[in-house]
Parts: sequence; C-alpha cells; structure tokens
Amino acid sequence: MSTVLRADGVWKAFGDKEVLRGIDLTLDRHEVVALIGASGSGKSTLLRCLNLLEPIDDGQIFLGEEDISDPRIDANRVRARFGAVFQSYNLFPHLSVLDNVTLSSRIVHRMPRHAAEERAMALLERIGLADKAKDHPDRLSGGQQQRAAIVRAIATDPEVLLLDEITSALDPELVGEVLELVRQLAQDGATILMATHEMAFARDVAHRVVFLDAGTIIEQGPPSQLFGAAREARTRAFLARFTA
Amino acid sequence: MTDPSFRPSELELERRAYRARRSRQSVLVAIASTLAFAGIVWVTVLGTPGWAQVQQRFFDPATFAASLPRVWDGFLLNLQVLALSVVTVSVVALLIALLRTLRGPVFFPLRALAAGYTDIFRGIPLIIVLYLIGLGVPALLDQRISVVLLGTVAITLTYSAYVSEVIRAGIEAVHPSQRLAARALGLGYAQTLRRVVLPQALRKMTPPLMNDFVSMQKDVGLISILGAVDAVRAAQIETSLTYNFTPYVVAAVLFVLLAIPTIRLADWYTARLREREQMGSIV
Repeated sequence: MSTVLRADGVWKAFGDKEVLRGIDLTLDRHEVVALIGASGSGKSTLLRCLNLLEPIDDGQIFLGEEDISDPRIDANRVRARFGAVFQSYNLFPHLSVLDNVTLSSRIVHRMPRHAAEERAMALLERIGLADKAKDHPDRLSGGQQQRAAIVRAIATDPEVLLLDEITSALDPELVGEVLELVRQLAQDGATILMATHEMAFARDVAHRVVFLDAGTIIEQGPPSQLFGAAREARTRAFLARFTA
Repeated sequence: MTDPSFRPSELELERRAYRARRSRQSVLVAIASTLAFAGIVWVTVLGTPGWAQVQQRFFDPATFAASLPRVWDGFLLNLQVLALSVVTVSVVALLIALLRTLRGPVFFPLRALAAGYTDIFRGIPLIIVLYLIGLGVPALLDQRISVVLLGTVAITLTYSAYVSEVIRAGIEAVHPSQRLAARALGLGYAQTLRRVVLPQALRKMTPPLMNDFVSMQKDVGLISILGAVDAVRAAQIETSLTYNFTPYVVAAVLFVLLAIPTIRLADWYTARLREREQMGSIV
C-alpha cells in the first residue's frame, strides 16, 4: 500500500501550551484510521495541522511525495486536496445545500456549474438528500446537515478525508445515519482519518486506531488489539473510562 | 393544520375569541390615547401667545407654494451629491474595512493607516471637513472646483469612516468557523471573503447601514455652506426675499419625504430579519 499522508515529528504549541509533541503518523491509501483520546489530547489540532489550517511549529507533513509543511508551497492548492468535516457542520447558511456542495468545485477547481451540479446531485441522490438540494441548511435536521457537509467534503474527490468528531454535536438518534454514510465511504475505498468518541464505530470501521494523550501518540494498532489488549496502561485507563 | 378535517376544539375557539377581544381593546385604547395626545398638543400650541405669528411666518401656504420650485431645484443638487456619495462611500468604506481586517504583521502599516483614518474622520465634525475640503482643496490646486465634487469628497471622507466600522463589525460578526470551513475547501483569502464572509456580513450590516444612509440623506444639506444653491441655501435666499421662514419648512419637508422610504425599508428589513431568527434560523 502506498502512503498518502505522513506526519514526521509534528509539534504545535498555542502560546506556551504544547498541544502536539512530536507526532509521527502515516496514512495509507484506502486506509481508515480512528484517532481517539480525551478532549484536549490534540486530536482536532492534529487534523487542522495536517490540512494546513494551523501552521505547525516543527516537523514535516507529506502529502504523497510533497512536503506540504514547506512555507513555499501553495497552501490553498494543498487544502483543496483534502476534504474536511467539522463537529458543528459549518455549512454556509447563505447558500443552498447544492451551492454548498458545489462551491469548491466551481470556485477552486473551476468546474463549469452544470457539471459540478450534476455530480453534486448524484452524490445527494445517493444519500437521499436530493429533494433538499435547493433548501438552505437551516431547513435540514442536524443529521442531514452533517451528511450534506460530508458530501461537500467529498465532492471534489479529495485524497484524504479528515473527520473531526462529526457526530459529537448530533442528537443520539441522528448519529446512526451519519456513521452509516462514513461506513459506505470507507467501503468505497476512501482514505479517512477521523477523530472520534464513537468507540464502537471505530472498532467496527477503522483499520487502525491511534490513541493520543497530551499531544503524543501513546499506542496504535488494529482495533481488536487496541480495544482488546492495549499494551499501555494509559490506553487501558482511557478505554475503561469510556466503556464504564 | 393543512388537514381539511381539522376542527379547532371548543377550548381553542374560546381562546381565539379571547385573543380577538383583547386585540380589539388594545387598538381602541391606542386610538383613544393618540387622539387625546394630539388634542392636548393642539390646544397647547394654539394657546401659546405667539402662535398666530409663528403660523404666518413658518407655515404660510402661499409662500410654501411660491418657494417650492426654487427649493426643489436646489434639492436636486443635494440629490446629485447623495447619489455620488452613496457610490464613493460604499467603495471607500469597504476598502478601509478590508484593510482593517487584514491579519499578519506585514499589513501593520496599512492597518494602522486605516485605523488612524477612521479615528480622525469620525472625530471631526462634518461641517469642518466641508470647510477644509471646500476651501482648502481649491486653494491648494488654485482653481475652481464644482461644489458637487467638493461636497461629495467631504461627505465621502466622513461617512466612509463610519460605514467602514459598520462593515468591519459585520465581517467580524461572521463566525470564524465559516472561514475555517471555506479555507478547508481550498478557497483562498479573497475567495472566502467574497463567497462566504461578505454575503453573511451584509445581512448583519444592513440595518445599521440603512441608518447611516438616512443620516447621510440629510447631511448632504450641509453643502450649502460651500455656497452652492442647494435646498437649504435656496430656502435661505427665499427667506431673505420674503422675510418669511416657510421656505425652510419646504426644504425640511423635502428631506423628510426623501428619508421616509429608506426608514420604512430599514424597518421592514429588520422586522423580516428578526422573524427569521425567531424561527431558529441562523441565516
């Protein structure tokens, strides 16, 4: 398998608070990796550093062969190769669902509107939101909004999909439909790095689980090993708190 | 509710009747109190010893009709300055606001310049700016410059300072997560601003912007101090000819008539915005 994304000794501090302390992480093509860890462990920050929404303080990030942590690269072009979904959806409230989904295709990738819309409608059709395409996001339920946000993120065929606790803001009965969509994307071969608190889902869908604590990777491995027989005491303590 | 078989219960019908009764009562009370207040004002004003004289000096129908054409001609000059200023203020204010929102140490001089400008021109009374521009610039260039141009420049300088602050507040009121989402899609700084931030900011800015517009509509009357025969100046001339102040009232009426549509529009828009927000919408 070829490596799509690689972090090498990534450090990040906000003021004098060190949030990431030398992260080494690789992500292979078609691989689904779950990032778990307590709030404040650095999961969200790591995701944001990887697609250059936050500048890093040390280390390197490679997307394919390219060092994207080099300040000389065009950050906008790099971000366009990622798809990102956030906890609070962050759909654009002034645009229809369809315009949300096609914005990047039209503006960044310079795709003609009709082609972008055709593709977007096909995606919305697939997730059962085609009839909401002309609506504004506030007419949708939380689960529908988050699924629309996922479609927006994948509309431009990103090389890597970054999911940042995408079910944390949802009502419990809406979590299922969103996770089901992620499961389908994983089956279709998407490369996904997701920060999550949904342990059952991580166990089920992820090929690898990475446990982050205080800005360092404590342990990583296949879900069966990490959830079944974690080597590190800190991992076991975290998981015990979660399943209790 | 669209179900045709739906019939409101007795309880609901009684509640509706009660609400209808209550609103009828409220309307009656409002009408009565308005009439009473108007009556008191009427009697009080008529009872003042100088009323007869004031009525003749300020509200003389014949003078009103006679001075209207001249004042109207002057008013057209005000409208010219207003129309030009709306365009120039929009452009300059947006530019200043964008300069002030630029981040990063590289842009410090531009940010400081923009901040200094808004500080100074929000502080100077418009009338002084008018004098400085109206008398200073022609002297500087040693030639005659049209008052419309000078007036527009002065009003643009002052109002751009105010309006840029409104725009800046509107831009900053858009939640940072919106920028984040746009940048994550690969949109650049300018694309994010144009496609995501400004359209949302505009909705938040519209009520205060309309307020500034109303304020500008009447402040264009100040260009009279530059010697142009605008509505105010025309009224002044008419007044000095007839020794009757009614022409000023004519000018006032014209300015009010100009302002009312904007004020109503602003009210309507604000109400619509509030309605939407109460529906739990963030748009």
